[in-house]
Amino acid sequence: MTESFSMLAILPELVLIGSALALLMGAAYVGDRATMAISWLSVVALAAAGASLACPGVLAGSVMGGLFRADAFGAYAKVLIFVAAAASILIAPRFFNRGGQNGLGARAEYPILILLACVGMSIMVSAGDFLTLYVGLELNSLAAYVLASFMRQDERSAEAGLKYFVLGALASGILLYGISLLYGFAGSTGFDGVSAAVADGLDKGELFGLVFVLAGLSFKMSAVPFHMWTPDVYEGAPTPVTAFFASAPKVAALGLTVRVAIEALGPAGLAWQQVIIFIALASILLGAVAAIGQTNIKRLLAYSSINNVGFALIGLAAGTQEGVAAVLSYLAIYIVMTVGTFMCVLQMRDQAGNPVESIASLSGLSQTRPGLAAAFAIFMFSLAGIPPLFGFWAKFLVFDAAVAAGFTALAAIGIAASVIGAFYYLKIIKTIYFDQPAEAYEARSGRVEYALMSVTAAIIVVGYFFNPLLDRASAAAAASLF
Amino acid sequence: MIHVLAFYLFAAFVVASGALTIFARNPVHSVLWLILAFFNAAGLMLMLGAEFIAMLLVIVYVGAVAVLFLFVVMMLDIDFAELRAGFVEYLPFGVLIGLILLAEIVFGAAAWKAGPLQLANRAAPIGHEAPNIEQIGTLLYTRYIFLFEAAGLVLLVALIGAIVLTHRTRGGVRGQNIDKQNRRRPQDAVRNINQPTGQGVEL
Repeated sequence: MTESFSMLAILPELVLIGSALALLMGAAYVGDRATMAISWLSVVALAAAGASLACPGVLAGSVMGGLFRADAFGAYAKVLIFVAAAASILIAPRFFNRGGQNGLGARAEYPILILLACVGMSIMVSAGDFLTLYVGLELNSLAAYVLASFMRQDERSAEAGLKYFVLGALASGILLYGISLLYGFAGSTGFDGVSAAVADGLDKGELFGLVFVLAGLSFKMSAVPFHMWTPDVYEGAPTPVTAFFASAPKVAALGLTVRVAIEALGPAGLAWQQVIIFIALASILLGAVAAIGQTNIKRLLAYSSINNVGFALIGLAAGTQEGVAAVLSYLAIYIVMTVGTFMCVLQMRDQAGNPVESIASLSGLSQTRPGLAAAFAIFMFSLAGIPPLFGFWAKFLVFDAAVAAGFTALAAIGIAASVIGAFYYLKIIKTIYFDQPAEAYEARSGRVEYALMSVTAAIIVVGYFFNPLLDRASAAAAASLF
Repeated sequence: MIHVLAFYLFAAFVVASGALTIFARNPVHSVLWLILAFFNAAGLMLMLGAEFIAMLLVIVYVGAVAVLFLFVVMMLDIDFAELRAGFVEYLPFGVLIGLILLAEIVFGAAAWKAGPLQLANRAAPIGHEAPNIEQIGTLLYTRYIFLFEAAGLVLLVALIGAIVLTHRTRGGVRGQNIDKQNRRRPQDAVRNINQPTGQGVEL
């Protein structure tokens, strides 16, 4: 047994763990007074972890006896995760400080839990073994359960945390059951070993294991038919936490699913492609149809995220290198759109400063807050996939990959469903621009939120200039899996 | 010969104390019978050469889980007579579940004998030259050290989470302040008075 044990390969994780522990000490001794400082230091830690990916020798390939893969795919996903996590740390202090009688104020544990969740997610996207996968997933999930009920005085937040915890435990059970079946029949928990075992024909036990593993993972990505927790948790969790859930863990779960599908189950392509195609189509259709009747903006965005996961999975269903590259590009663009949209949602506060979430309260926003209305419109048009904006390019890439791999029918259904989905995005724009003005929102707004909103909106509008860069990065990342 | 004797001793005790766990009228006695069952099961594991599992049974199940049970049973005000009243009502369902489990065990054993399980490329070392505690330890601290440490982080998150969700600062609690105690001088605390007879003490 040769040990290729390289500490350098896990440098980003080490940076995050070290800074999380140091900041935890700071939080323990200084208390919640240090929340702002700890938040900014966490963002610095995330930036340092991201920068450490560029160190020579970090992308060492398969290390720790195959448990961990430090490759371009993992690096790409980690950058997205760190960016999304940094955004959700930055917007939190202001939100929690204005939490009203339900809030405890901004607390220093929030950025620390996000940092630890990031460690879990970056272990997930770099997993080379089912055990690594599971440990990373649990690290992320446990932090997420706590974050969901972070405003514990708020009944909805506590309920969201409990719901997420119970269903998450169920999903972990399903996933572990699948892993144990795969281990039992393949004789190894390593992705290489499982891949070698399914290469000589997929027997019944392995097939069952594969289905259970994909079911467990689709819970984590909130894909249909394991999506039922998403609207409730997104609605109940504090808005910065919802922004976090909708961005970073999605990248981690999708990245993990892509890696499991390609690296561990690659030779059994026909078997998992059927499952992925079903999950993708079901997510797109349900996400599009169920969102229509929603009156709460956070619930609507939950269905929108289910819908988007479906589109991203179409790229994976193609099963080709171009398909995986399309998934990665989709994720990058999706992160920008999601973060931007949630910045807009954070601005929705009534005159007394209490957060409001109803779509009706957006009526006539264009007359009271033209800038915010324009930003909302940009993100909604982009999510709907209207051509001049960046969101169109993401959808185009996955459909292009699906058609190139011969899944024309899949692409056709996806495009049809995206038209259905466009309806509710456009309905919001109609509410904002053409309805009678409702009570105006309060005019105050945080600098950080405004900056993030402007930057993301700008990226969405002029995104095509980034295409060469994005294409090259996602192609290189996808190539490292094949 | 001694093996057979030990096996039947342990096995008989497991079955008997298992049955008594269910039939004992006093719930505290049930838990105590359960502990006896765990101990004898640990003995059976030892005879199989699985000393690690034997130790787990004693340390984790007897040391932690059963004691926790005991506390819960003692603290909760559960009317066990009422719980037991439904015994006949739930009996068919219980028997059904038991039969299903039994059938699954039979199927599982049959499949294990017949199935083409590829056990050749498994990672665990199968050798009897070292005790299995040593083997598990060797694997855990070399090959799987990364996961072992990551599992420690999971526990840390659980710890932080429990504090975040439950910690509250309460008023009116007199916590110990060692610094304040050390700074206290005799003149702050001691008073010499000449107490006149027949009068109450002024505190």
